[in-house]
This record gives sequence, structure tokens and C-alpha cells, in this order.
Amino acid sequence: MGTALDIKIKRANKVYHAGEVLSGVVVISSKDSVQHQGVSLTMEGTVNLQLSAKSVGVFEAFYNSVKPIQIINSTIEMVKPGKFPSGKTEIPFEFPLHLKGNKVLYETYHGVFVNIQKGKFTPSPVDFTITPETLQNVKERALLPKFLLRGHLNSTNCVITQPLTGELVVESSEAAIRSVELQLVRVETCGCAEGYARDATEIQNIQIADGDVCRGLSVPIYMVFPRLFTCPTLETTNFKVEFEVNIVVLLHPDHLITENFPLKLCRI
Amino acid sequence: MAVFPWHSRNRNYKAEFASCRLEAVPLEFGDYHPLKPITVTESKTKKVNRKGSTSSTSSSSSSSVVDPLSSVLDGTDPLSMFAATADPAALAAAMDSSRRKRDRDDNSVVGSDFEPWTNKRGEILARYTTTEKLSINLFMGSEKGKAGTATLAMSEKVRTRLEELDDFEEGSQKELLNLTQQDYVNRIEELNQSLKDAWASDQKVKALKIVIQCSKLLSDTSVIQFYPSKFVLITDILDTFGKLVYERIFSMCVDSRSVLPDHFSPENANDTAKETCLNWFFKIASIRELIPRFYVEASILKCNKFLSKTGISECLPRLTCMIRGIGDPLVSVYARAYLCRVGMEVAPHLKETLNKNFFDFLLTFKQIHGDTVQNQLVVQGVELPSYLPLYPPAMDWIFQCISYHAPEALLTEMMERCKKLGNNALLLNSVMSAFRAEFIATRSMDFIGMIKECDESGFPKHLLFRSLGLNLALADPPESDRLQILNEAWKVITKLKNPQDYINCAEVWVEYTCKHFTDTLDAYMLKCIATVHQSLKREVNTVLADVIKHMTPDRAFEDSYPQLQLIIKKVIAHFHDFSVLFSVEKFLPFLDMFQKESVRVEVCKCIMDAFIKHQQEPTKDPVILNALLHVCKTMHDSVNALTLEDEKRMLSYLINGFIKMVSFGRDFEQQLSFYVESRSMFCNLEPVLVQLIHSVNRLAMETRKVMKGNHSRKTAAFVRACVAYCFITIPSLAGIFTRLNLYLHSGQVALANQCLSQADAFFKAAISLVPEVPKMINIDGKMRPSESFLLEFLCNFFSTLLIVPDHPEHGVLFLVRELLNVIQDYTWEDNSDEKIRIYTCVLHLLSAMSQETYLYHIDKVDSNDSLYGGDSKFLAENNKLCETVMAQILEHLKTLAKDEVKTLEYIKKQSKQPDMTHLTELALRLPLQTRT
Repeated sequence: MGTALDIKIKRANKVYHAGEVLSGVVVISSKDSVQHQGVSLTMEGTVNLQLSAKSVGVFEAFYNSVKPIQIINSTIEMVKPGKFPSGKTEIPFEFPLHLKGNKVLYETYHGVFVNIQKGKFTPSPVDFTITPETLQNVKERALLPKFLLRGHLNSTNCVITQPLTGELVVESSEAAIRSVELQLVRVETCGCAEGYARDATEIQNIQIADGDVCRGLSVPIYMVFPRLFTCPTLETTNFKVEFEVNIVVLLHPDHLITENFPLKLCRI
Repeated sequence: MAVFPWHSRNRNYKAEFASCRLEAVPLEFGDYHPLKPITVTESKTKKVNRKGSTSSTSSSSSSSVVDPLSSVLDGTDPLSMFAATADPAALAAAMDSSRRKRDRDDNSVVGSDFEPWTNKRGEILARYTTTEKLSINLFMGSEKGKAGTATLAMSEKVRTRLEELDDFEEGSQKELLNLTQQDYVNRIEELNQSLKDAWASDQKVKALKIVIQCSKLLSDTSVIQFYPSKFVLITDILDTFGKLVYERIFSMCVDSRSVLPDHFSPENANDTAKETCLNWFFKIASIRELIPRFYVEASILKCNKFLSKTGISECLPRLTCMIRGIGDPLVSVYARAYLCRVGMEVAPHLKETLNKNFFDFLLTFKQIHGDTVQNQLVVQGVELPSYLPLYPPAMDWIFQCISYHAPEALLTEMMERCKKLGNNALLLNSVMSAFRAEFIATRSMDFIGMIKECDESGFPKHLLFRSLGLNLALADPPESDRLQILNEAWKVITKLKNPQDYINCAEVWVEYTCKHFTDTLDAYMLKCIATVHQSLKREVNTVLADVIKHMTPDRAFEDSYPQLQLIIKKVIAHFHDFSVLFSVEKFLPFLDMFQKESVRVEVCKCIMDAFIKHQQEPTKDPVILNALLHVCKTMHDSVNALTLEDEKRMLSYLINGFIKMVSFGRDFEQQLSFYVESRSMFCNLEPVLVQLIHSVNRLAMETRKVMKGNHSRKTAAFVRACVAYCFITIPSLAGIFTRLNLYLHSGQVALANQCLSQADAFFKAAISLVPEVPKMINIDGKMRPSESFLLEFLCNFFSTLLIVPDHPEHGVLFLVRELLNVIQDYTWEDNSDEKIRIYTCVLHLLSAMSQETYLYHIDKVDSNDSLYGGDSKFLAENNKLCETVMAQILEHLKTLAKDEVKTLEYIKKQSKQPDMTHLTELALRLPLQTRT
């Protein structure tokens, strides 16, 4: 004879901002009446430092411990010890969301609180052309097949809730195209006076062309920013969170061409 | 044993008849009559739907008696009332009108005149097949190894999250190789089922994974001949998924208080629903590969309705553009077809997207002849002429969506754009298959011109002509062009080398030939039937002769039976005048092409079926007779020991239908010789022989009627010939009762035609056959006792024997005596009453025979009453017979009495009935008697 316990938060998208009130209900459902020692609800908010395998050594040099940092913690007692009747019992609750102490809270890509960065949004279109000549880091330029790619991004300043858009035209290419991908990369930089650690992570890879696309026909560039892995671009004294997009073109048989564009994400 | 002398009661039939007969009372119209309670006094006709199909409602009323059935329903009988209320057409019409009202507002529903995708499905699956081995790779292993992604480290957590979507079942990589087509189809069906299961068990992520994996299969173009079918199978899964997601979100908006209307606006959807919906779109937006991302998003396009009003209209152009990223032209055109399909379903008013897809397609059209495609074809060993026909299903669909209710100007523009592109046969073909037939038909000559200009190497021309032919079968080209169109088309078709190609075309064009030249026939009907017939014949003849010429070498036709059959069917469908049909010289040689017996018989059946259905008047046209005899003979000759009963019945039915339609009018001799010929032809089918015997008997009676009963020497001889025919034919039948009844029947006919000795022969034959009647006979596969049938036959026989005059050389009542002997010797079921029942009937007969004047006579035949004139010797003889029979009956009663209890009970039971009270006394006496 099981008793089921569920916490339901009122807001469907589960996003709350500092100073708001988080409200919801605790639902207890049971076939029989249940004896209990009281119900209390604890809310806890933490920031977790995660170490990538690559930079383990570096971080440990800076910080002795990477324990989770608590930023909010509150507990309420909802029901005194007693008995729940059989059936469904709903107990409403409310938590005010106030910061512990006077820490500054940034919007994280895990999205708990928002500290809105009131940045002014100005579109910044970029046109680009990719040919063998524009490439850097080429080992043997002579081996590269000839190609000409043209395109533009409508803006490298992006509103985080709006997709990244643009166009790409394969004007010509000797080699057949295998694939064109958009690679969204997050660059985190952490540092202090002693030095800094930089960590780039691919957070999304979206294919926009598959196979040998038609020459001269524009292929749309379109990417929705993933809600869980992106936040507005952030720069503080101690750390930075930045984003970049790579346009990755794969040519037959095995050529990889990457063009990098730094992005500036903001929320309005 | 005591003998009970028998004396028949004298009866005055005339007086009895007069006293029994009801008095005839003249009846005025409208007077009450018990058999006329319901009179239809009023009949109203309602217009049920716009197509003008009518259902009439007759209301019944009666002057005095109220009919319980009709009164309950307030004058309308139940069937027509149902028809009026539940008539699907009416319902549809009602819905239609409301729908059209809505259409006027937002034009958001496709009408019933739009051919739905479901119609195309089966066709595609049947047409695009392969014998090559297929593989399903669920979880593309190559993904991880892709260069580029490895250069940057991914945090483990992120990686697993992303992979979760790609991976179908944790840690499982399923690659199924060497699947046959059927295995493949089964696997896909399994996936469809596991999608539904996953959904039902609330594993939404798994469901999404399945869909993603399935749509990935669409980027795989190996075994390219199968691609169209693969598309059909996988989009089925996508449809399922789209429906599941939509319904789930829809159900979230439905709470206890309200139900969302069909046409809701985003404001009506609650936050949870919106959030869930958004979640789906976010999840899909992060699918790595282009093709699955496109298909999955397209499959839940409808869900945009929950988010915003403009969602769909923004999504469609974006998805359309997205397809530009698909490099393979075949994959991309099918993606477009899918988008158009979803678009038509969800938002048919957004025509722009459809057009954009079309024009985008034209832009990428040149890719088909590009290197990448060519290389791929070389690798797969596929020739261009078999590669290009993979396009039409998708193209036709796109074209059809666009041309649906499209203005003429758009169609013309599309056509012009297609014209401009090089090697446009493929486009031309889709234009012809998708656009309105009327549009094509009016421009037939243009199209023929364009077809001629097409490059021979690409898309096969015969397919183009086939498409054109299909249009022309549906819509009429301008009258002035008709003959020229046929000539032009035929010129090209004739030159086709491959018989299969040829027959595919010919099949379509035969219909055009038949149809349009019959139209001409209708138009000029009265004036020039003869000339048109001539020309019609000529046209069809040319077509058929040509088909024969093409198909005969190497027995190429064996593969083409289905099409050849279709040709025949189409020809038959348009020719209801069989004399014209068979005077088409090449028709019979055409039939001869069906060398395989089973197919030939099928075709023959079709012809006979049509003949029976459409032939109104009996015929003696030698052309029809010869041809149909040939056809029937073919059917008959197919019968062998293995033929099923049903098949035999069917064939017999068809042949009988033919025999009944043959009449030479007053030329009875010709008729008889036809029956003789038929008998020799159809001797293996018993029902046909039976039919022939009946026909000949009818012929004899017909003759009698013409001669008004007085046969001349010639007709007497003819009638005897008829009788002889029957006499010879009957013994060849197997069914014992068939034989008995036919003997009796033919004997009656012989008697009616004053062929006395022949009649005697029939009756004697019948009598000698009776001992052969088995105890059990097979009726519809079940063994049943035959006694009741025998009883029935004998009773019938007795009534005939009453009027059969005795033969001067045999003794009195020799036939009856003989029959009695046979009955006596027949081994009856122990203790059965049948024998006694028969004896009672014999008593009836003998009593009737002892009357001064018999109850009935045959014209011009003297029965025993006039032969003996009530001679006392005859009567004595008769009575003696009666006594013998009576003795038998009493004997039987005695045996019954032995089983006293039973008898007693029976009598007691009987005596309880009101008019049987006299038996009470008997019941009292009976036990006493038996005790002594």
C-alpha cells in the first residue's frame, strides 16, 4: 500500500526570478489514511563548480576545494505531526526568493535565478566568404580543392530566446560537400591574479546541410539556443562565459573547414 | 387377413368446384379489400444533397385497416425514414455545408475532391519494390567517429544528454543487415508498434528516439529503387507520432470544465500545454542531423496551433528553406512532398509554401543530372531510365497539392517554367498526372508536341504517353483534335520495342479509343450510326491488331496478362453492342493471346458476364453466336476433374445465360440444331445439359402453341425430334432426382404433344429409375435422407399418371401397377411411414381414376375415362388394386399397434384436439382390443 508524494510548482515553465514568490502544492495521495511525523519543505539553491577532465589540474591549483556554494536555503514546516486522510491531500506552500547575504547572482545556464543584464540590443550583421585562401592553419594549401562559400549571419549579437539566423551559399566547390554544421561552443574562463583557465565546450551541433547541396542556392542558417546550456554572455572580474559559433563544412573525401564567429548573447 | 372391399366415392367435380368457389364480387376502385390495405396515395421526393440523388419517401395510408408497421412511424416506413436521416450522403452534405461555411471564413479544410495521400500509399508500395537486401541501422555508429566534434572536449554530462536523443535504447546499437523487403516492412511495422507502446507506457523520450531513428533512415539512399516505398513506410510512423503528440497536448487543454473547440486559438490553450509543446519544439530543434530534425518537426507542425496564431505560417516557409540543405535531390523532393502533405493537412490555405517548394524544386532540378547523383547511380548499378521514375510519386503529390483549386494562370505559369528547363520529361509527366484532366485534355496537342521534343535518353516516353492517355480517359479533348491525337500518340506507341512498355501504354489508350469514339457515336447517333460503327471498328481494330503484332513474338505477352486483361475489360466496358464488338476482326485473335488457360477462362468469364448483363434482346446474329460459342467452349473445356464445384456452377451459369439469349425466332429447326450443337459442346456441365433439356421442351411447347395444338405432319415429326433429344440426353445426367424430374417433365411435354408412346417410354424410364434412388443423397455437401424427395416426386408422378391413357397392348393401369411393384420392392427405412403415405396417395389416384370424368385432361389426349367409359371391368380392376393397397396400409397400422403405448399416447393426444373427439372412444377401446 503505497503513499505517493509529489511537489507541483505553479508556474509551468519552472523559471523564477529573484524577489518573486515560488508557490505550489505538495500532493499526498494514499489509499488508506497515513500516520506521519509532520511535513516540512526545504528549498535549497547551490552553485556547483564542475571540473572538466581537461582542466582538473588547473583548477585544483587555484582552489583547494570545489564544494558546492549554497546561495539560498529556507525551510518551512507545513503540517504538524498527525494523520492524512485517505485519498488526495493538497498542501499549498510559498517561498519568497531572497538572496542569502549580499552575494551577486548571475543568470546561469542551469537557470535558477536571473539577474537581468540590461544590455541594449543592436543587430550586428556579418558577411563572410570562405575560400581556400581565407583559411588559416592549413598544412598543405595545394591539396585543398577549390571552393567558394559565401554567406551572412543576420546578427552576431543575439537575443537568447531568438534563433541565430543567416544564409550560406555554396557558390562553387570542386569537391562534393558532405555536410555543413553549426557548432555552438561555450567558452568559460576562470581566473584570478595567479592565472586563468579557459574551457571550451561544444554545447550544440546542428547540421544545416546534408550531402552535396545545390550550388548557388542559399541554405538557411538557423539555430535555436538550447535553454539549458546557454546564458547571456557574461564578464566579471573573476570569470567569463562567452559563446561562439563555428560553421563547419565537411568536403569529400575528408576535408574539414571551420569558420569561427564570436557571439554576444543577451536577454531582453 | 380380412379383405376390405373398396368403393370409391363418386364425385361431381364441377358441382364441388362451384360450391367451393368463393363468390366473386366486383370491386370498385377504393373499396375495401383485405389484401389491399396499403395504398400509396402520395409520394414525395426530397432533395437530399446537392448532387441530386433522391430518396423517395412513400407514405402509406389505408382506408379502414391501419397497418401496424406503417402506423407506428407516422406514415413513413422505417426504411425510408432511416434513409432520410442516416443517409451518409445526406450527412456528408450537411457536414459539407457547415464546413463550406467555415471554408468561406478561413479556407482551412481540403475538400473531398482532393485525392488524399492514402490513395497513393498502396500504389507506391506496390510499384517500388526491390529484391536487393536492405539494412536498417538504428543508431548511426558513424556519428561518434565524425571528425570535428572530437577536437573540442565535451563535458561528460552534456555528451550523455545529447546522445540520449540519438541512442535508441541505452547501449543498444541495432544494425540489421540483409533484410528482404518483407523483413524490412515488418521491422518498420514493429517500430511503429513500439512507438505506440512507448507512448502508451509514458516513455515519451523513447518514443521521440524511435521517431528520430526512423526518420534517419530516410537519409539513406542505398537500394535506391526502394526509396519511395521506404518513404511511405516511415512517414506512416511520423504521422502516428504527430498525431500522438497533438492529441496529448490537446488533452492537456481539456479540463473538467471545458472542452477545447476544434478551431481554438492559442489563448485557449493553458500554460502547461504550451510549455509541453514548447519543450517538444526545443527538443526537436536540438536534433543534430538535418533530415530527422526536418521530418520530426514537420510531423508535429500542427502543434504550433497551441503556441501562436501565426506559428504555422512562420514555420512552413522556414521548413521549406531548410530542405535546401538536403543535397540528394531524391531525398529532398520526398522531403518536400512530406512538407506539402503536412501543410495541406494543417493549413491548406497557405498556398505560398507549396508554390515555393515547387519553384525551389525547379531550381535544384539540374542536380539530378549532376555528378554526385551520377556517381551514386554507377555505384548502385542503376540506369537513369529506372532512376528517374523514382521521382514521380513525390512530384505528382507536390504538383497535385499546388494545382488543387489553383487558378488557371498559375498552372500555365508552372507549365511554362517546366518547359524552359532542359530534359523536362519528368516534369511534364508530373504535370500530366497531377493537373486537372480537363486542363491537360484541352492542351493535348501541345503536350504531344512537348513529348515529342523530349530527350529520349532520360525519362521513358511511353510513360509520358501513358500519363496523357490517363488524362484523356478522364476528360475530353476538343472534338476537332480527337482523331489526330489518337493518330499522333499511336504513331509513337507503335514504335515501342519493349512489349511491357508497349502494353502499359496500349492499355490506357484502348480506353481512350473506345470511349471517345463512342462519344462521337452518341453525338451523331441517328445520322450516321453505320459510318461511325465502321470507323469505330476500324480504330479499335488497329489498336488491337497492333497489340497482337507486338505481343506475339517470344510469348512476351505472358508477363502482360494483367494489362491485356485490362484491355479486354475496358473494351468490353465500352461496347455493349456485342455484334459490333465481335465484328472487330482482331478481337478473337486477341483472345487467343491468352495462352494460359486460367487467364483465358477469366477473360472469357468477363466477356460472358458483360454479355449477360448488357444483352437485352435474344439474338441470332451469327457473328455473336460463333464468337460466344467459342468463348463458352473455352470455358467449358477448362473443366476437368480438379475443377471446383463453385467454379463449375459459375461457368454453367454463364453458359446458361448465353443459351437463354439465343433465339432464332420462328426458325425452330435452326433452334433445335443449335441446342444439338450446344449439347455436344457442353457435355461436361450438367446444369447446362439440364438447361438444354428445358429449352428443348420449351421449344416443343412453343411449336404446339404456334400450331394451336394441331400438329401437322412436319411439326409432329419436329416435336418427336425434340422429345427424342430429351430422351437421349437425360440418361447422361448424374443427379438421380434431376433425371427423375426431367423424365416426368419431358413425359408431360410428350403427352401434351400427343406423342403417347414416347411419353410412355419416359414414364417407364422414370419408374425403372426409382429403385436406384439411394437412401441418402448429398445436398449442398450434407447427406440427407432421400425419402421426402422421393415422396414429393411420386406424388407429382401420380397426378400425371391420372391422365396417361393405358397402352392398348398392355394390361389395365400397367404403369400404376409397375410403379406399385417398384414401391413394394423398394427398401424403405424400417418403421418409416413414407411407404404408407405413398400408398395413401395411390388410393387418391385410384379413386380419382374411378370417376366417370376426370378432374383434368390434356387437350387432344383421351385419358382412361373416355377410353374405358366407366367400364365395370375397369372399375373392378381398379377396386381390386385399391384393396391390395388398403391391405398394405392396414398391415402397417397393425405393426404400429404392437407398439401399443406409443400408439395409445398418440391417439390420446390427438383426441384432445377439438375436432378429434371421436378418437376418445377409440382410445378407450384400443387397449382392450390389443389385450385380447
